[in-house]
Amino acid sequence: MSDIGFVRTEMLPEREPPASTVGALGWARANLFSNWFNSILTLASLYAIYAILAAVLPWVFSPTWNGASLNNCREILTAAGSVGEHGTSGACWGVIRERWIQLLFGFYPSELYWRPILAFVLLAVALAPVLFSDSVPSKMLIFSGLYPFIFPWLLWGGTIWGPIAALAGFVLGWVVYSAVSKTMSSLIGIVLGAVAALAWWFVLSGYFVGALDSILPIGIEAVESRKFGGFMLSITIGVVAIACSLPLGIVLALGRQSDLMIVKYICVGFIEFIRGVPLITLLFVASTLLNIFMPPGTNFDIILRVLIMVTLFASAYMAEVIRGGLAALPKGQYEGADSLGLNYWQAQRLIIMPQALKISIPGIVSTFIGVFKDTTLVSIIGLLDPLGLSNAIRADANWNGVVWELYGFIALMFFVFCFGMSRYSMYLERKLHTGHR
Amino acid sequence: MTTLTDPPKEQFRLSMLLYDTRYRSATIQVIAMIGFMLLAAWLISNTAQNLAALGKPIDFGFFSEPASYDINQRLLDYSSRDTHLRAALIGLLNTLVVAVLGCITATVLGVIIGVLRLSNNWIVARLMTIYVEGFRNVPVLLWIVFIMAILIETLPAPKAFRGDNATASMMLGDSVAVTNRGVYIPEPLFSNSLGNIHVFGESGLRFDISLDLLAILVVLGAGLWVSSYLRKRADRIQEQTGDRPVTWWQRLAVVVLPTGLVLVLLGFHLGYPELKGFNFQGGTHLRNSLIALWLALSLYTAAFIAEIVRAGIMAISKGQTEAASALGLRSNKIMSLVILPQALRVIIPPLISNYLNLTKNSSLAIAVGYMDITGTLGGITMNQTGRELETILLLMLVYLTISLSISAVMNWYNESVKLKER
Repeated sequence: MSDIGFVRTEMLPEREPPASTVGALGWARANLFSNWFNSILTLASLYAIYAILAAVLPWVFSPTWNGASLNNCREILTAAGSVGEHGTSGACWGVIRERWIQLLFGFYPSELYWRPILAFVLLAVALAPVLFSDSVPSKMLIFSGLYPFIFPWLLWGGTIWGPIAALAGFVLGWVVYSAVSKTMSSLIGIVLGAVAALAWWFVLSGYFVGALDSILPIGIEAVESRKFGGFMLSITIGVVAIACSLPLGIVLALGRQSDLMIVKYICVGFIEFIRGVPLITLLFVASTLLNIFMPPGTNFDIILRVLIMVTLFASAYMAEVIRGGLAALPKGQYEGADSLGLNYWQAQRLIIMPQALKISIPGIVSTFIGVFKDTTLVSIIGLLDPLGLSNAIRADANWNGVVWELYGFIALMFFVFCFGMSRYSMYLERKLHTGHR
Repeated sequence: MTTLTDPPKEQFRLSMLLYDTRYRSATIQVIAMIGFMLLAAWLISNTAQNLAALGKPIDFGFFSEPASYDINQRLLDYSSRDTHLRAALIGLLNTLVVAVLGCITATVLGVIIGVLRLSNNWIVARLMTIYVEGFRNVPVLLWIVFIMAILIETLPAPKAFRGDNATASMMLGDSVAVTNRGVYIPEPLFSNSLGNIHVFGESGLRFDISLDLLAILVVLGAGLWVSSYLRKRADRIQEQTGDRPVTWWQRLAVVVLPTGLVLVLLGFHLGYPELKGFNFQGGTHLRNSLIALWLALSLYTAAFIAEIVRAGIMAISKGQTEAASALGLRSNKIMSLVILPQALRVIIPPLISNYLNLTKNSSLAIAVGYMDITGTLGGITMNQTGRELETILLLMLVYLTISLSISAVMNWYNESVKLKER
């Protein structure tokens, strides 16, 4: 009896898992061919990838980097033997080799390229304390504050007293505000400060700049706006619009949330109006109407006009993003600030805004991506952004008929910028995701 | 003995306007109002002075002048002798056409892509991710001109369809021709037509109502009404007896048979496009500009809608499905009664704001020469008449009306599906 065992006493050696569930085969079975529908989808996708690559790759890898004109490219391709049924098939990369620098800078004088490059390098420096706040000393924020005045000076050049006068307006406003609010109410301080700054900018600063410039002419060579172009123009419009629209957007969002009925309706009206019309109509306003709205005789630069309208456009969207952040804050935060005895602006500055802005960072970045993509629209009113430049390049007899190479290059550049920014915003979102888990 | 006296009545002093929170808000509002009025007055007086200097007082009289330009893609009849008002109307209809077509295609594509991106098939999910990131990160204007270039450069010219050794051929049983001048599709024709009703006589807003279409719609609507009556009756019978009568064939018949009968009576047939001379004749001609704009807007917006759909599906917790199946619901009932109503609450508001974006982006039609309201009123009419102020303000007003009506629909929907919280 005892020699019949129904229970195994020794361990069985481990066996290999079935070949169809491990390794590449197992992975393919689980992820690509788990049932008949998935198998069909996989095969269809593989065929689609093959078809696209088979059409695009031979075109991309074409030995025309040194082509001097479209005809020259065709000769190179014919010599290399890549001739299809509709003439030569293959990209003509010579246009990119010859014109890439123009696609980046437009008609900016080539000996002054260092200025936009320096401006964008300094932009990274100015943004660093904001973007990577934990690894950069916060003293750098002073430079970030000065940067908005350095940036236009580097790009447009001219006398150094212009940006200094603009800065002086802010300083003057601040001085008046703090002097008045110490002795009288802060409300009068705000009004008088704003009046003083406006009076400075619109009336006095002209004489100030003229006088100082004749005494002490410090400056760099001025560059006209119509020489701006390419990605430099797109980035300039995008950066200026976002930088100016952030404070405007905060004010509009606070106005829309406020209890003051008239302020609220003015803000709601502005936001809904701007968000309800396409950007192209606002650009039409910039190109044809803005001069009509200004005092007779004013005639300012087209890029400045576009900047104003794009900033107004962006600030309406920014206001909605920030309003979302404000609405997402628990009511207890407002009540807590009130119970500490903080007044409205103290509460906003110390309690509400830091949290609301943190919540709305992804929205701010996606607004920025949207505005940056929308800068291509300025080609419709005749500015030479990359898309406008591609038409200008095609007008050259050498490159008449080049389409795909230019569009492909521009699309790739936009993709790199926008994709990079969206990844960065996802990183920020993870980094800032503190608490409330 | 002490008596309680009322606290002294505080006299209103002027300084309370600044320091007393009860009055300060009124002060701020008055200041804001004055500032706003000053700004508005400044802008208006500048405008008035500038317009006076240019000798162009505001005047909408140009609307009754002949437009003398042609619009090649149009829904209503139009010739270059018509007025600017009619040109603007044709443009507005073109905007609405491309917006509606784009919204429909973008929704279909976006839902498919959003669902496929959640697929457990690795390669399909990756492909859809590439699609979404690729389309979202490149400007829509670039897509529009890019697709326009593809249509012009790669499709066969009409002459390729001719002769014995034609290199191109028509599709779908010789009914659709895809050429580099556009797509020609069959048009519906009626041999026993009932005629048209002319509305608004000969004015700029005139249009025809086709009695044939009206008759078909009436019969179709009546059929659908009877069909829904049959469904309600079946519901009632089911509630009373527990058995649901089989009604699908009756419901199908009351819709299809009368409509088919009306079509036969009207002599419905299709007019096919034919190659005559250098171009196709007959049929409906969808121009390249319309196709390029439609395709680009749909593909671009579909990438955004795909993300919305994905987020909506992922927002519904698995516990909802499990709870519903614990209640004994079948899988299609779970989808229609539990998952979809909750997912739609997440999906619909951003979906509608994307429709709004698509409609506003359709103003980029001007880049490919599709004559929408921006191309007519804000383009050629503005340039011909030199009335920048009037045309652009009107253009903004038109877009604002469209946007505000769409957001009114959105608010109404949000209100109706809002979680009824305690």
